Amino acid sequence: MIAFVKHQIKTFGLIELFQGLVLTGKYFFKKKITVRYPEEKTPLSPRFRGHHALRRYDNGEERCIACKLCEAVCPANAITIESEEREDGSRRTTQYDIDMFKCIYCGFCEEACPVDAVVETRVFEYEFHERGPSIITKERLLEFGDQHEAQIAADRAVDAKYR
Amino acid sequence: MFDLLQSWLSSFLYDWLAILITLVIQAVAVVLPLMLAVAYLTLAERKVIGFMQVRMGPNRVGYLGMLQPIADALKLMLKEIVLPSQANLYLFIIAPVLAIAPAIAAWAVIPFNEDGMVVSNINAGVLYVLAISSIGVYGIIISGWASNSKYAFLGAMRASAQKISYEIAMGFALVTVLMVAGSMNLTEIVEGQRGGLVNWYWIPLLPMFFVYFISGLAETNRAPFDVAEGESEIVAGFHVEYSGMAFAVFFLAEYAMMILISFMTAIMFLGGWLSPFEGIPVLETAFAWVNGFVWLALKVAFLLFLFLWFRATFPRYRYDQIMRLGWKVLIPLTIVWVFVVMLMKYTNFGPWFN
Repeated sequence: MIAFVKHQIKTFGLIELFQGLVLTGKYFFKKKITVRYPEEKTPLSPRFRGHHALRRYDNGEERCIACKLCEAVCPANAITIESEEREDGSRRTTQYDIDMFKCIYCGFCEEACPVDAVVETRVFEYEFHERGPSIITKERLLEFGDQHEAQIAADRAVDAKYR
Repeated sequence: MFDLLQSWLSSFLYDWLAILITLVIQAVAVVLPLMLAVAYLTLAERKVIGFMQVRMGPNRVGYLGMLQPIADALKLMLKEIVLPSQANLYLFIIAPVLAIAPAIAAWAVIPFNEDGMVVSNINAGVLYVLAISSIGVYGIIISGWASNSKYAFLGAMRASAQKISYEIAMGFALVTVLMVAGSMNLTEIVEGQRGGLVNWYWIPLLPMFFVYFISGLAETNRAPFDVAEGESEIVAGFHVEYSGMAFAVFFLAEYAMMILISFMTAIMFLGGWLSPFEGIPVLETAFAWVNGFVWLALKVAFLLFLFLWFRATFPRYRYDQIMRLGWKVLIPLTIVWVFVVMLMKYTNFGPWFN
């Protein structure tokens, strides 16, 4: 009997409904988590995997030794490398293309690289409107690396102790 | 106010012309603000639900998204109205008209303030609103039938069954109001509540206040009773096949009905345009300058906020549970309360019966 009365009070008192309303009412005044993207941006990790770049040593020599480990590990077959011997006898790439439409930004190329040549940077705001420019050539990758070297080096330094 | 206009016009025009012009002006004066209110209610809905989901809602078009409804309206107007090849074209086109006409026509008897700001102050106001708003179900059922689509038909069946069931509970809830007020004239019902917060009918009729508002939610097919358009089950219900402005008209009708239900609730149970500070010494004089319409608008805004709050809070009812709630809970409850009100009236209970 008492259980019946309790049940009726609970039902007709709409108690659970009011509890629900109080909950959503509280959220109404909470701070909103929306990030208004072009004006506000979320912090990026030093491990962020964005646009690729090829790095150089401090003396200006390109790091890449054309070992093709990145090409081998790339799960999307996005990297194409051709190499030949340079006049000084070292092996260097003549072609290093990354197809940005194929790339899945897994970061395996960066992990596979024995000389830290190919890296993925924090830059993610870029777009392609046709097929040609979506394939990034060696010159553009090196140039991109030169532009962002400070940021790239800083990110590697922060992450170095976890590698 | 409009009587003055009419008599001034008839001083130099034919009588019938003066009446016609006054009627058109009255209609425009009600419908235009209503459409504007509907537009901004859609924005308010998206904002409120967004806030409750810890988002911001639309905030790109204009300051804080204030121009969003205008952008939406423009988009809908420019879109093509797709006419399904197997649809019954005549009914397909007439259905949105049938849906919105009652939603607008019912506004003829709604009083907005104590100075007689009402298109037509008829004595059977409550009856008129009930009768007109129940015609709205034709628009829904015809749209579902004419679309020649199973989802639309299912939605129309659900919507019409639900509307008809809840109309009974709604009607009974209004019967109790009529018993307390002793009049069907909406202006007189409000005047009967004069004397401050405690004199409003929501106290003796508290269960009816809830029943009326819950039935109103079901009447307008709003969450948690929105099985008629349940996105996850039947896509959009009766208006799946409608696009562009034809869809917008259904949308307008739904939101106009929401505002109408809020107005009716405010008038019936929350003292309409009466100030909540009546009878409180200092506050009454401090707020004496406020027009009645402002109080009414505030009450309506609160009730509309409840509509949106409920939508953000409650999950959708299962269809058989909706029917159970309507027939087995709300209708018996209203019948019981009719007798309770009868007893209260017999004993001249409280400040409400005298």
